[in-house]
Amino acid sequence: MLGRLAVPAISLSGLLLLWVIAAALTADPQILPQPFALVGPWLAETRSGALPHHLGQTLVRVIWAFCLAMSLGLILGLLMGRFERLNRWLDPWLVVFLNLPALVLIVLCYLWIGLNETAAIVAVTLNKVPNVTVTIREGARALSGDLDAMARVYRMSGWARLRHVLLPQLAPFVAAAARGGVAVIWKIILVVEFLGRSNGIGFKIHLYFQLFDVGMVLIYALSFIVVMLAVEWLILQPWERRARRWRTA
Amino acid sequence: MIRVDIRAKSFGDTPVLGRVALEVAKGETVAIIGPSGIGKTTLLRIVAGLDDRFEGTVERPGRIAMVFQEPTLLPWRSVLQNLTLVHPGLTRRAARDMLARVGIGDKAHAFPGQLSLGQQRRLALARAFAGHSELLIMDEPFVSLDPATAETMLALTERLIAEERPATLFVTHSRAEAERLGTRILDLAGRPAILSPAQGQDI
Repeated sequence: MLGRLAVPAISLSGLLLLWVIAAALTADPQILPQPFALVGPWLAETRSGALPHHLGQTLVRVIWAFCLAMSLGLILGLLMGRFERLNRWLDPWLVVFLNLPALVLIVLCYLWIGLNETAAIVAVTLNKVPNVTVTIREGARALSGDLDAMARVYRMSGWARLRHVLLPQLAPFVAAAARGGVAVIWKIILVVEFLGRSNGIGFKIHLYFQLFDVGMVLIYALSFIVVMLAVEWLILQPWERRARRWRTA
Repeated sequence: MIRVDIRAKSFGDTPVLGRVALEVAKGETVAIIGPSGIGKTTLLRIVAGLDDRFEGTVERPGRIAMVFQEPTLLPWRSVLQNLTLVHPGLTRRAARDMLARVGIGDKAHAFPGQLSLGQQRRLALARAFAGHSELLIMDEPFVSLDPATAETMLALTERLIAEERPATLFVTHSRAEAERLGTRILDLAGRPAILSPAQGQDI
């Protein structure tokens, strides 16, 4: 049987192989360079400090937007899932924001707030909050009334109820929202940086797009994908396994 | 001592409970019997303070314990944590003693899902008695158990009540269970349901 690491490793090697074949068939490094041809420039960018700098800028924005979107979405989703009246009032807003294109929100935030960090993070957060809210609302609707009654009869404190009764029931929904959240957020952040920031991965991609440097576009994009894969494998998945331990025990 | 004085309770336009008045003293076990769907659980939820949309008054002590029809445990926390999280004042040693008293002392670190239904109900009993509550409410706690397990659980409950002596309100549809545990038996019947002393009871 294949181990937990073997399957993703083989699967990713397949993708790499596909790239090598495609590059060989294209036979034009201007359009699609071979993966090994990128190693040299990648090392140079890393040594000069440019890659880590821009990677860090984007990562800080991802973390801010992720934390803001998750907390706002968690609160809104819980309230809307628990209080049907509030849900009836807020649901139309949710539909509006769910269907507002990311680009429109980004442009409006830049126009109204200015070309600054606040506008960038607000734009990404606003894009993500509705999705988190919808997911958490489903979880809040599925909460067990019996456990709630138990917690009330035994007068568990508000904190204990949240930590040990409410959040464990929401955990699968929070995990789903977080998974989707990280993926969507970093994609939107690149657009935000592309349009109006002077650092970050999106800014560099914009720069090399104008220079028509496919190699550098790939280097910056792939570096960030590697970081996000690490987040997925080293943080999200272990946390999810821990939270699910009781199901498989 | 608890004092219940309900004048009326309805769901929408449907009256469920009529005049229901009863008192339970410390150490006394009042069993309420009645057919399914008559409003027994509704009555218990009012007494427990889970439902305050009714006409009347309920005087209840601060520390209440309840055993539900289902075990109603926290499946994501260990057996031991199911006691210590619900009763923050309970030491780990006291919690272990309580588990031993209900016969699952060796299961402290298991998750509730790893226990049999009988063991889960033992844990629910341990949780109810671990807080030394002044009022114990039991809502058909032996339903859906096979006769042998039900008998063991009944004996265990009898012993724990004798040791802790809370005021106990116990609901069942089984007359045998009521006679076994109850110092007094009341009948919940009619529509809207009212309480009356059970027929054929020695007073």
